Amino acid sequence: MSTTTLPAPGQSPTLHTKRLPAVAFLGIAVVALGVSAAICYGAGIGGWVLTLVLGLILYMVGVYFAVRAVEGARSARNRTWSALIHSAFVLAVLPLASVTWTLISKGMERFDGDFFNASMNNIGARDPNGGAYHAIIGTLEQVGIAAAITIPLGVLGAIYIVEYGRGRFTFLIRFFVDVMTGIPSIVAGLFVLAFWVLIVSPWFNDGAPAFSGFAAALALSVLMLPTIVRSTEEMLRLVPAPLREGSYALGVPKWKTILKIVIPTALPGIVTGIMLSIARAAGETAPVLLVAGGSAAINFNPFTGQQGSLSLFVFQQAGDASRFAPARAWTGALTLVALVLILTIAAKLLARRNRIPR
Amino acid sequence: MAKRVEATGVTAYYGSFKAIDNINLSVEPKTVTALIGPSGCGKSTFLRSINRMHEVLPGARVEGKLTIDSENIYDKDVDVTAVRRMIGMVFQRPNPFPTMSIFDNVVAGLKLNGVRRKSVLEDAAEKALRSANLWDEVKDRLGKPGAGLSGGQQQRLCIARTIAVEPQVVLMDEPCSALDPISTLAIEDLMFKLKDRYTIIIVTHNMQQAARVSDRTAFFSIERTGDPGRLIEYDSTQKIFSNPGQKKTEDYITGRFG
Repeated sequence: MSTTTLPAPGQSPTLHTKRLPAVAFLGIAVVALGVSAAICYGAGIGGWVLTLVLGLILYMVGVYFAVRAVEGARSARNRTWSALIHSAFVLAVLPLASVTWTLISKGMERFDGDFFNASMNNIGARDPNGGAYHAIIGTLEQVGIAAAITIPLGVLGAIYIVEYGRGRFTFLIRFFVDVMTGIPSIVAGLFVLAFWVLIVSPWFNDGAPAFSGFAAALALSVLMLPTIVRSTEEMLRLVPAPLREGSYALGVPKWKTILKIVIPTALPGIVTGIMLSIARAAGETAPVLLVAGGSAAINFNPFTGQQGSLSLFVFQQAGDASRFAPARAWTGALTLVALVLILTIAAKLLARRNRIPR
Repeated sequence: MAKRVEATGVTAYYGSFKAIDNINLSVEPKTVTALIGPSGCGKSTFLRSINRMHEVLPGARVEGKLTIDSENIYDKDVDVTAVRRMIGMVFQRPNPFPTMSIFDNVVAGLKLNGVRRKSVLEDAAEKALRSANLWDEVKDRLGKPGAGLSGGQQQRLCIARTIAVEPQVVLMDEPCSALDPISTLAIEDLMFKLKDRYTIIIVTHNMQQAARVSDRTAFFSIERTGDPGRLIEYDSTQKIFSNPGQKKTEDYITGRFG
């Protein structure tokens, strides 16, 4: 049984217990790592990763028994779980740090003026320069058009579901939005290819199907819309009912209550949802490849001619035979991440501007 | 300013559930009327049917006639928002708008109904905050968020917000139940002051409060859970608390009920 027992009735409990000194934990950690290293390298079964993982497990076992001997069973469970939770956090952050580090270290090589001023037009396999100007334009235009389509549509749709929708029709809308959330991006690309590129676009193009940046924007819209509807819907539901009632009780009409009370209250969450969907759309490669065609040259017009995008650029450069291509791919990836990061920070700042300082 | 409220055969439903049955009651202008009774007896439902807030919930509806100075607010051609501008409401929990400053909270009703001129808004805000006994406490921080005030201050802010739109009748749904005794006293003092200009109807669980603030008291009750609430007795507060006409009322106010 446990070493901490409740005092007998009438006996006053003592509030002080023995504590293991901090240096003991350091000692356990050193010993655990040492034993782990000895096992891994001694038996030749693994490198530093296994050493670390095994060391962590040994550390937790050691902490459990050491603390149990000195501080008692409850304390031992507490310390072991704390160690587990902290290491889980480190484990979750490690890949992120690794990705960031790899992107920056490998992407900085071509992070130069030429990369942001030149396209890949007429860049041969032996040319060390060339850039992603055309791809950045493509990403900005396609994601911009997709956002212009989906943000109003998605937010208004969510408002309908939460504030006005009743009964079976609303249930159907919600059901299909859920289904849409699971659509693979390649299917969205194929849909736009079959519907827009092959059927609709010939009307504007003398009968011939045409790839365009706009078609890519449509495919991205299909992907963004359900995310925006769902996240906005959840945020609107979080707005407390007494706020709406407080507004109604002042004689404010429903539409104005939604516009001036409900939306501003939910705005930070709505913006987060929109930014997540934009980040996802900016990283999509397959639909752009299918319906925009990809292009090595600069094309400002999203409605005519083929267009590239940053993620497509990364895909193409990573698979290119030129020995200068991998560096361009890394810088493209770094640029994409930086772009999304800048957009997210800007949107958060914009959403926070409405808040009143305390 | 203040108007007479008269309910004739008011019956309210939540879907198929009948919450109150056939309430007949007349409230004089410039008085405080308290609605008391056990939980679930329909007093809040009745209060919410006076400014048509009951129907905000899906499936909720009201039958019968409710007149404000002989104008039936349940007539087909009545604009709900106009009714609510005339009959303000203060809720149980203070609900200042979290995205707005103190100033914007007070004038929210005016601003959202189209009043733009700054001088008008400033005058209205000061007047409403003075009426709500809050002006001295907040005059130096009108730009700060309303949610940063204490609970009692927030409730007075909500009262200021309600009277800023110059209603005729003010409904209060247990306005002090989330507040400490000092804030409660502040709001009770406020009711005495507001009585000069408004008709006030208040729902309260606190019988001492009903006895302190009201001129007339209405006692609601239900037979069993699931039955609709009914008006048992309606008389001057003095009569209800000293010499009630009904056995049920007496049992309730002496604490022998349920």
